This record gives sequence, C-alpha cells and structure tokens, in this order.
Amino acid sequence: MDFCLRGGRVIDPVRKLDLTADVLVKDGVVARIGAGIAAGVDGSVRVLDVSGCWVMPGLIDLHTHLREPGQEYKEDIATGTRAAAAGGFTAVCAMPNTTPPNDTRAVTELMVRRAAEVGVVRVYPIGAISKGLQGESLAEMGELREAGCVAVSDDGHPVMNSELLRRALEYARTFRLPLVQHCEDLTLSAGGAMNEGVASTRAGIRAQPAAAESSMVARDIELCALTGARYHVAHVSSAESVRLVREAKRRGLPVSCEVTPHHLMLTDDACAHYDTATKCNPPLRTAGDIEALREGLRDGTIDAIATDHAPHSVLEKDVEFEQAAFGMTGLETAVPLMLELVREGTLTPATFVARLSSSPAALFALPGGTLSDGTPADITVIDPEAAWTCERSAFVSRSHNSPFIGRAMRGRPALTLVAGRIAFSEERFRG
Amino acid sequence: MSAFPHRHLLGIETLTAADLTTILDLGERFLEIATRPIKKVPTLRGKTVINLFLEPSTRTRTSFEIAAKRLSADAINISGAASSTVKGETLLDTARNLDAMSPDVVVIRHSQAGAAQMLAGRVSAGVVNAGDGAHEHPTQALLDCSTIRAHKGKLSGLEVAICGDITHSRVARSNIFALSKLGARVRVAGPRTLLPRGLEAMGATVHDRLEPALEGVDVVMMLRIQKERMGTGLFPNTREYSRYFGLNDRRLALANPDAIVMHPGPINRGVELEPSVADGPRAVILDQVARGVAIRMAVLYLLAGGEAGES
Ligand SMILES: [Zn+2]
Repeated sequence: MDFCLRGGRVIDPVRKLDLTADVLVKDGVVARIGAGIAAGVDGSVRVLDVSGCWVMPGLIDLHTHLREPGQEYKEDIATGTRAAAAGGFTAVCAMPNTTPPNDTRAVTELMVRRAAEVGVVRVYPIGAISKGLQGESLAEMGELREAGCVAVSDDGHPVMNSELLRRALEYARTFRLPLVQHCEDLTLSAGGAMNEGVASTRAGIRAQPAAAESSMVARDIELCALTGARYHVAHVSSAESVRLVREAKRRGLPVSCEVTPHHLMLTDDACAHYDTATKCNPPLRTAGDIEALREGLRDGTIDAIATDHAPHSVLEKDVEFEQAAFGMTGLETAVPLMLELVREGTLTPATFVARLSSSPAALFALPGGTLSDGTPADITVIDPEAAWTCERSAFVSRSHNSPFIGRAMRGRPALTLVAGRIAFSEERFRG
Repeated sequence: MSAFPHRHLLGIETLTAADLTTILDLGERFLEIATRPIKKVPTLRGKTVINLFLEPSTRTRTSFEIAAKRLSADAINISGAASSTVKGETLLDTARNLDAMSPDVVVIRHSQAGAAQMLAGRVSAGVVNAGDGAHEHPTQALLDCSTIRAHKGKLSGLEVAICGDITHSRVARSNIFALSKLGARVRVAGPRTLLPRGLEAMGATVHDRLEPALEGVDVVMMLRIQKERMGTGLFPNTREYSRYFGLNDRRLALANPDAIVMHPGPINRGVELEPSVADGPRAVILDQVARGVAIRMAVLYLLAGGEAGES
C-alpha cells in the first residue's frame, strides 16, 4: 500500500527541512515531499491527514534491551519491537547482555532471524566486547560484524582492565565498529543502589558516587586518544562526564555519547520513597547533573538520546530497594518526555529530531535518519499536543517497570512507518 | 482525632515535634508499670503483636516483646535469616502471610532500607520500624530522647554529639531527626570514611575528630562499631579506631561537667568506649534500656488503637 501523509510539519535536520508539506511514500520509499501532492494522487494511494502533527525520519534507539534470547518473561523481540513502534521508534540497537550473551555469530544470527520473523521495527544487534561479557578476552568482533552487529559493548559490565580495553579499541577499529562503554568503576560503585549524596544519606541506601562514572570516562578518553578508535559513552549521567566528553571533542577525538530521558527528567530524590522503578544504573543524579546534561544536549556535546529500555518483571522489582534489579522501561515514554524539553526550550524541534534520529544513524552508520527521496520510508509522526496520562495498562512492553506511570503527558507518537509499512498507528489512522 | 495521627511508625523524619512529645509523655507514664509488683495492665488484651525480626537482634526484640506483654497483648515472634530471600520467600510473600493472621501491629527489623515502608503498604496492621538497614530506628531515637529529657529536664537548647559510624547507623539518622525537631543541636563526629555526604543538609554539624565535637556538649552518644566493617578499608583496625575515636576519660573531660554518656548497645568495650567510661557515673546506658520498654509500650498502645489521653 502506498501512502500520502497530508499537511504535517515535516522536519528533517539532515535536509534542513522544516515546513508544512505532504509526504508521498511509494513502494516502501520516500518518493516526494512537497505542497499539494495529496491533491494529485490516484485511488491506489491512501491519504492520511496528519495536519497538526510532526513528520520526521524514524526514531532510532541506540540502547535497547530486548531480553531475547534467554529472558523472554521480561521482553522478547516481538513485544520489544512492538513497544518500540508504539514509542515512535523505527529501529533499535539490541544490547548483548542476553542469555547466552551475544558474543558469537550464532547468537547474532538468531537475533537477526527472529527480528525478521516477528519484529515490527528494524533490529540492529550490538555484539560483545569480550567473551561472555567477562572482560577477560576479546570477542570475535570480525564475525560479529559480518553477522550483522553494528557496534560492540559489554553494557552493564564495564571493561575494568585498561590493557584489555586498549586492545578492544584497536581491534574494534579494525572492523569499523564503534565501542560502547558503560562507564562505571566497579570498585567505586560496589554495593551502591543509588547516587551518593544527600538523598542516599537520608534514605540510608548504599550509594555510588558520580566519580565512579566520570573517572572511567576520563581513562577511556585517554585510551581513545591512544588508539584512534570510535568510542561512545553509553547513558552519561553526571556533570563531570559531560565536561570530559566536551573537552575530548575539543581535542578532536572520535568520542560521542548518549543520554537517557530518565536521567534528563528525574533526580535522586525520586528514590527517597524506595520505589524500585526509580532504581537504574547509572543511578538518577542531582539537579546540577540534570542541568549539565541538558546543556550538553543543547550544545551538541551529547550526540544522542537513547532509552536504555530495560524491562524487568515484578520478580526483580517487587522487592526491597537494594535487592531490586537496575533499570526501567523507556521506549514508550521517550517521545512525550523529550517533548517536555522542547516546550521548555532545551531542544528545538530540529534538535529533537537530530538527537533521536539523524545523529544515532550517523554514529553507528545505520540507514535512515533522513527523509531524502529514495530512502526507505522509516517515518515517525507525532502529535505534539495530545494530552494523556501514562498508565500501566497502556504499555505494549511485557514489563511495566516505569517510574513515569501516573505522570500527565503531552504529545505522543501517532504513526510509525517502517519501510513504508504501518508498524504502529493511532486509532484514527487504522484502515 | 487522635493525638497521634499516624497508622504506622516508620521513621522520625515524617513526624512532628508534637508527635514525638506525645510518645515521650506517654512513655513516661508507662515507665511506672515496671515498678509495680505485677508488671502488667490489661490495656491491649485481645490484641496481637507480631515481632518480625528478619535480622537478628535479641535486645530490641526482647524489649518489644516485654512491652507487648506488659500491655497484655499476645506477642508472637517470627525470626529469619539476615535477609528474607535467603529462605526463598520474598518480603511480599511474608507480608501476605502476616496479613492472613490479622495482627494489630507488626514490628519489623530488616537489613534493607525501606523494608518497613514496603510492608506498611501491604498489610492492614500498623507497622513499627524496629530498624531498616541504614535508614531509621525510630523507637531507639525516642528512648534516647526520653533518657536525655529525664536527665537534663529538657531537650531544647542542648548540645548533643553523636560519634562513630554515622554512614551505616540508623540510630544516628533517627536521632539527628528527633533531636533537631525537639530543639537540640546535633554534632556528628567520626573518621571521614564513616561520615556520609549531606549530613549538613539534615541539620547536623560535622567533625572528623572527636575533640572539637565533644567540647561543651551536654550529651555524648557513642555508636557501636560493627565487626563486619573491619578490613573493608573504612578504618585500619580497632586499635587505631579506639585511639582516635574511642571515648575515654580524657576526652570526656572536654564535655560539660554534667554531660551524660549514651550507647545503643551492645558495647564493644575498649573500642568505642573505655570500660571506665562505660561503667562510670556519667553513663546512662541501662536507663536507656529501661526506658526502651516504656517507649515501645507507648508506641504499641498508640498504634493498636489507644488514645494518648486515656491510658
Ligand atoms: Zn549500561
């Protein structure tokens, strides 16, 4: 089926477009963008009225946990990609901490095959840096790349050994794979269930200092300078980490980073009532850190917004705070939360699209991120004004570990097209 | 409207000075029962109190048990390993089972911060926090305040030093909140490794040596050093700890001449307290124990449905 999206605000920072226009999708690709196209199409094209909505290149999440293989009771490729589509994402990068971990071609191939069978958005696997995510010996990055991995990471298991990280950067560079690091010095963070500060002292919860993150960012930047490899900091959360990345970019190093919506929106005070949905790693930090993250997002130090969608069942979350698993779901709340940043002026509509689509595509060399003629029609349409309340029952993800349940939201995805096919749509666009 | 408008006692932080005074005053009246030949009143007859101690503590558990029995409540003790998950049962399961037994009050001791609050959200009984991880231990702070008030005649305007491992101490947190709310000024002291960040925001003055903290204080509260902190890099050994952070007669001389010495017990003699101080005339440690029972009677009474005015 061919579509014409009529009368939306079309935003594409790569083409420097921001105008009201119609978008014609033919044979799965973007055929044309311009005024009055809808008036001229024949009956074979379905015209969808998207006036009042924003039309943009499909959102790409660099950091998703799909939990398949191994932990399908939390999420699987089918439910995770449906949640992604509902959240406005047309592609997700799947982290390798599955069971078994994605450290070999066989696991990557399984994920690629499952995604083709049941996935509703594109799935790009991220391979492991080290075998078994153990931080001891290098994973087979050449084969991982060949099988479809777009980056390497031991996410959740920071590479503590500096010599191994040096070799991993060199080896990843050989295969043009960006190396994604979860920065956390495990000796500094040991036992810490939240950010160390006033809130943790009041609550009596064992905590980890922000320096556990930034000290590893500092070390890694030096190794990036030594090796020349593409280095990407996952989910930056502290002001000092942002400062270090800014300085590294000024030095001309191939360093990039991402931030999650929850680190931009919530402080560690949210943990004060022992709500395990607020427990994540890196932990929620202070108002000062949030300010620095928002500034980094504004000035381009932070390249991308990624969800770190980390589904967990009640088995892991309905327990005492310190015993609960780290992580929260994020695919379905990213768009409305980041629209709050647009309304308050941290992001312009164009940077909103850049941080959620164009930059992620460029960082991991993925298709998409623009609405150029002839590119596959991965398109996200959002209704920026729709008012709604985030409710547990509305989640498509198999898990509901979100601290935003109950929050009044404004704006949400209305339509998600992947290669010209509807992956998600609001009621009004259903045939 | 009851003089104590709370269903649970989860911590001091959320209470008002008036709430604290209600409990202290009532505790004062219950203290007399211990001096009677028959130390029992029928006040809570027919009520059930469950002592759920998932972290071992003979002293606190016994204190709550005696408190319940002196009020004629049926007291049942359930104890477990250091953590409920060791037994394979989650706190949530435990809560469901407890609720099925319809207790009036559940007293919980648990190794995890927030456990009492979690339980309170899931049972219909009143919940008393008898210590949750490094968070709060409200009845200990109340019995400490009761002891100070008895010896000093007031709390307002007093200078109180709390010394030792502040980071891991629920006693310290509850006392900082309680004493500040009741008008005392709190200083904390210990090596920097045992002083968490943000204490100033809680209203305390922070010292990394004992001497300046003790100067001119009315009350010295020493905290217990846990054996399991040894060898974790927080301090080198008990010898050095006692040398720099233990309370001896020389250091105590820095405090006001009529200053009292407190300790939540059990004491590591020769570590945080020299025996001469622990057994000296300034120590009010056994008085703390006696008042602990009376304060817990007051708390059980208020949560099991009593009114502050009609004991
Ligand atoms: Zn991570």
